[in-house]
Amino acid sequence: MSISVRNLSKRFGNFLALDDVSVEVGEGELLALLGPSGSGKTTLLRVIAGLESADSGSVLYDDRDMTRRSARERNVGFCFQHYALFRHMNVFENIAFGLRVRKHKGQVVNDRVNELLRLVRLENLAKRYPAQLSGGQRQRVALARALAIQPRVLLLDEPFGALDAKVRQELRQWLRRLHDEIHMTSVFVTHDQEEAFEVADRVVVMNQGKIEQAGTPADVFERPANPFVMDFLGNVNVFHGRVQNGKAHAGGLEVDYPAYSADVSRPATVYVRPHELEIDEVPLGRTSLEAQVVRTNPTGSAVKVALVAVEFGIELQVELSFQRYAELRLATGDTVYVSPRKATVFVPEGAALDYAI
Amino acid sequence: MKPKSSLQLAPAAHRPARHDPLYVRILLIGAAVLVVGILVVIPVINVFYQAFGRGISGYFSALFGDRDTRHAILLTLIVAPTAVIMNVLFGLAAAWAIARFRFPGRTALTALIDLPFAVSPVVAGLMLVLIFGLHGYLGPWLRDHDLKIIFALPGLIIATAFVTLPFVARELIPVMEAIGSEEEVAAVSLGARPWQLFWRVTLPNIKWGLLYGVILCNARAMGEFGAVYVVSGRIDGRTFTMPLRVEKLMQEYDSPASFALASVLTLLAIVTLSVKVLVERKTRLDLAEASRLQAPGETT
Repeated sequence: MSISVRNLSKRFGNFLALDDVSVEVGEGELLALLGPSGSGKTTLLRVIAGLESADSGSVLYDDRDMTRRSARERNVGFCFQHYALFRHMNVFENIAFGLRVRKHKGQVVNDRVNELLRLVRLENLAKRYPAQLSGGQRQRVALARALAIQPRVLLLDEPFGALDAKVRQELRQWLRRLHDEIHMTSVFVTHDQEEAFEVADRVVVMNQGKIEQAGTPADVFERPANPFVMDFLGNVNVFHGRVQNGKAHAGGLEVDYPAYSADVSRPATVYVRPHELEIDEVPLGRTSLEAQVVRTNPTGSAVKVALVAVEFGIELQVELSFQRYAELRLATGDTVYVSPRKATVFVPEGAALDYAI
Repeated sequence: MKPKSSLQLAPAAHRPARHDPLYVRILLIGAAVLVVGILVVIPVINVFYQAFGRGISGYFSALFGDRDTRHAILLTLIVAPTAVIMNVLFGLAAAWAIARFRFPGRTALTALIDLPFAVSPVVAGLMLVLIFGLHGYLGPWLRDHDLKIIFALPGLIIATAFVTLPFVARELIPVMEAIGSEEEVAAVSLGARPWQLFWRVTLPNIKWGLLYGVILCNARAMGEFGAVYVVSGRIDGRTFTMPLRVEKLMQEYDSPASFALASVLTLLAIVTLSVKVLVERKTRLDLAEASRLQAPGETT
């Protein structure tokens, strides 16, 4: 089943949680709503579920208008951030709840719950109470409980937010596999871009109640629509400069920017991700900056080098491969030349790439 | 694990943070025991001693041989539970409103719930007479419709319910706030109707707190004197509850009968106290579990 959200707005007192938001979720798609806290992503999810009502706009399942329907009628599976398991019921009864309130027969409930216990691999813990489970186990019970009612849509609010890094990683992959198995239209909310990119088919980036960009993970990461998205999706080096005649200049840097070919110079910002910067011992043409090595951190999948750009006085973050790091033999205090392999330029106010969705 | 943890505790027991001299401890403990003994234990024992002043048969004939005493017991058994039921309904509604919603006047409502604790019961009784009495605001209307509240059973129930109003609500508000509305929202998302939500999710979570409130409320309702005294009009065999009857018998110099009836109230108090201790322990456990379940950042 597909979901269409059209022109939703929602206000809490003076706070505008959703500002004319429209989203499409395709049949069988796994969509991530990504944004910082307060961006309205959870509110959007709750409006889709019918747990919150919007001030204006509509929610459609396939082509049926569900805006005024109750959560019960919408028949969605919802996973809460802190699981919200029923503390006085054991795992079995938690999962059975949605079936019991719909007055299903005992045998039907038994079969369905046992099937779900197998799916989330908790067969042995059916008699346990939520307080006796680990965080990862609780999350799986919450998921089984949401799936028990055979929902048409699965909605997850920060599904892995309260788990530690290792369990989170495991559950992420498990969720992706589960989705590939049952192919249910799913939306999940997260503030973790890595999580969104790893799990989702498509990502919707939100900020201050608005959608900044929607697209596949590769799309959003490779072609961020605006400075907010650029900045939100991980570390980035920012240079303030100007554009003129199809080129952007920031100090010693020169970057092609064909979108602006006018003769009049305008302020612009150049964004370069740490892994898109190159370090050399000698200057390479005009597009390099002189910098001094401040510290190096060779732990992790790449070597992180912090430098200070001599001209700007700002700190730069660069990620190098171990091989390149070994070649350069960098030490604190060394003077080197930094040049971008790739850069993204944004021209504030009225420019073609700015704040387009 | 168990022996290990008790071993770890052992050194701490040898070195308390404060080491008071022996005489200080004996003095303090002695004073506490003395005060409780003189003010509580001896009077309670005396109630039973006096009650059995005419022997066991005398005790039971004092309780059940007298028509008015029998009626007083019956009346209390009607008034107290009715007031408790009213306050359970009110307490649930008020606690739900205060714990779940933010609305203008919420703080005022919270404060007003406590008002019956602050107002003297006699004043509460007078307030009811001023509203429902013959010369009160609603008096003429009630008389025209042949309804009797003051000097009748409804007045006794209203007075008792007013005085005991805060007990259930005050117990439930912190419990419901600690538990939060997450589980209720989850139940709604799973398709529970409001009634199913209440019976299957909310009530099981608050049952011990509710029971605790009911016990306190009932104890106070049975013992209520001041407010009931004012609105009862003290009509023999009609509006005498147990505490009023105890006082009446005392006035008539029938102290064995008075004490016999008083012993029944005392017995109820002792039973209430024991149940209260048990339930209190249960509520504490529930609250502890509530805070444990809400703690995020759990690991496997």
